[in-house]
Amino acid sequence: MARTMAEKVWEEHVVRRADGEPDLLYIDLHLVHEVTSPQAFEGLRLAGRPVRRPDLTIATEDHNVPTENILGPIADKVSRTQIDTLRKNASDFGVRLFPMGDLDQGIVHVVGPQLGLTQPGMTVVCGDSHTSTHGAFGALAFGIGTSQVEHVLATQTLPMPPFKTMAVTVDGSLPEGVTAKDIILAVIAEIGTGGGQGYVIEYRGQAVRELSMEARMTICNMSIEAGARAGMIAPDETTFDYVQGRPHAPRGADWDAAVEHWKSLRTDEGAAFDKEVVLDAAELSPFVTWGTNPGQGAQLDSAVPAPEDFADPAEHAAAEKALAYMDLDAGTRLRDIEVDTVFLGSCTNGRIEDLRAAAEVIKGRKVADGVRMLVVPGSMRVKEQANAEGLGEVFTAAGAEWREAGCSMCLGMNPDQLQPGERSASTSNRNFEGRQGKGGRTHLVSPLVAAATAVRGTLSSPADL
Amino acid sequence: MEKFTVHTGSAVPLRHSNVDTDQIIPAVYLKRVARTGFEDGLFAAWRANDPAFVLNKPEFAEGSILIADTDFGTGSSREHAVWALQDYGFKAVLAPRFGDIFRGNALKGGLLAVVLPYEVIERLWEAVEADPATQVTVDLQAREVRAGDIVQQFELDDYTRWRLMEGLDDIALTLRHTDDVDAFEKQRHAWLPVTQ
Ligand code: SF4
Repeated sequence: MARTMAEKVWEEHVVRRADGEPDLLYIDLHLVHEVTSPQAFEGLRLAGRPVRRPDLTIATEDHNVPTENILGPIADKVSRTQIDTLRKNASDFGVRLFPMGDLDQGIVHVVGPQLGLTQPGMTVVCGDSHTSTHGAFGALAFGIGTSQVEHVLATQTLPMPPFKTMAVTVDGSLPEGVTAKDIILAVIAEIGTGGGQGYVIEYRGQAVRELSMEARMTICNMSIEAGARAGMIAPDETTFDYVQGRPHAPRGADWDAAVEHWKSLRTDEGAAFDKEVVLDAAELSPFVTWGTNPGQGAQLDSAVPAPEDFADPAEHAAAEKALAYMDLDAGTRLRDIEVDTVFLGSCTNGRIEDLRAAAEVIKGRKVADGVRMLVVPGSMRVKEQANAEGLGEVFTAAGAEWREAGCSMCLGMNPDQLQPGERSASTSNRNFEGRQGKGGRTHLVSPLVAAATAVRGTLSSPADL
Repeated sequence: MEKFTVHTGSAVPLRHSNVDTDQIIPAVYLKRVARTGFEDGLFAAWRANDPAFVLNKPEFAEGSILIADTDFGTGSSREHAVWALQDYGFKAVLAPRFGDIFRGNALKGGLLAVVLPYEVIERLWEAVEADPATQVTVDLQAREVRAGDIVQQFELDDYTRWRLMEGLDDIALTLRHTDDVDAFEKQRHAWLPVTQ
């Protein structure tokens, strides 16, 4: 029978199947960070259980880390405790950890792919909803909760309820200046924040095939924002080229065997999806959010919608609340919205290509008066690479702050936060109320829009410069 | 884990769709390393800033069943959202639809997340708003929610129901199948990466 890629990868990992029980799946890679792991390690300790496969587990410090003066002690006591707890847990349980200051430290979803630990056909989990990022390689990657983290640490498996499959096809080629971020924001606006619920989404079509690995990660990263359990893209030459030669990639004969196998994972001709969505790339343009969930977005060329534009009563009410929180009037052109802060970074858009794209726009220009721009690389390797290419200088010369790696203002667990009432254009993935700091207002944008916005001080695309 | 069979208590109507886990418990509370005491973080922003927020009304402060709106618990995977609800005293959350990860976390941790049709949720809101002392029963045995003349069956797979009714921890259940895991590991592809 013709099967989808998600079904094939799932089948390959079933350890145990019994009537009336969820399948028990084997987990190939478990990524750990400081926020969702302390209670899991504590649980192991209380039960006297070891980590079954420390060699399939890797930890990094990302959510809490300051992005300045990273070699000094963390000023925030609670953040410091959480980091110290991870260090102790990693050493007690034999888990390899990339601490602050390590060249391999960074956001968990940037670190895994960059080391070649994320490969096609694997099952990857992390106590973090954006684990869907790793699906860009054709891996089945799920965000999990802390008790599941404990479960995986103890058993290297997870009981998983069955899923449905959805195909999101983007036909044609993307117009100039339109990026992966615009695709995924448009997809979420189309299907809604609950539209992907219960589904593993496979992104396909010419526009997706033409994307680089990093752009594919941006798309899969935000699958969770559509409510999906995971997002995937079939592995192809782009994938293989990206993986080959990375520190943990297979080598020699292993490489050939792996590629052979990876090719077999693609969705079979004629396999049926439970749901299909089709978008035309030619109709896409830079997309930004105006509301307080990632589905409340619109083309930059348009205006803030009115609650009355939404027929569905729940959406109507949500729009009303969002406009009040965002302090926006219906009908305001999105291009006229002024921001105080631009945040370029996160596991959605903190990779080298994102920094290159933004740097190209900002090069030789200045961040507008009264605007603060924070550029936070996704990992220390990204930072190193960016510096080698002179991008760090481009950002500092423009008046932006060029920081150390971490999650930073994506969720404001470290000192990088919006003040109440402040407004940002942010390349991250969530525009929830208070996400970037209490009372802060977030517009999600692509790196290109972020850079142009920094220069003009209002939401803008490079074409406006 | 506490066994869950039948729970009866007063309820809290939360008429607000798309309540993401950042609203259930803001990120600052995630810095803790303990497993208990998250009740102060529950809906912290709303409780602090909005006098009209339902938990700020004395008549609803003591409820143990949350009647939520569509897409409750979307967003981040933080299990703290479940702990905060439980630490505050909630035993069950009823909603037309949940964020997947949240629902999974809840059912794992013994917080019963029940999907009910929107019309039933609306009737429950009305009943509870009309009389905050209305007793709502969540009966896992019968897979039924009852309040006054409202009686509604709900779906929950047999396995999860059994596990919740027995109060069984998932890890202990899986460890019964260690032989299967050992056997599986022997046939994994040789090229798969290791981290150390
Ligand atoms: S960058 Fe943001 S979304 Fe990504 S892992 Fe960090 S906090 Fe989560």
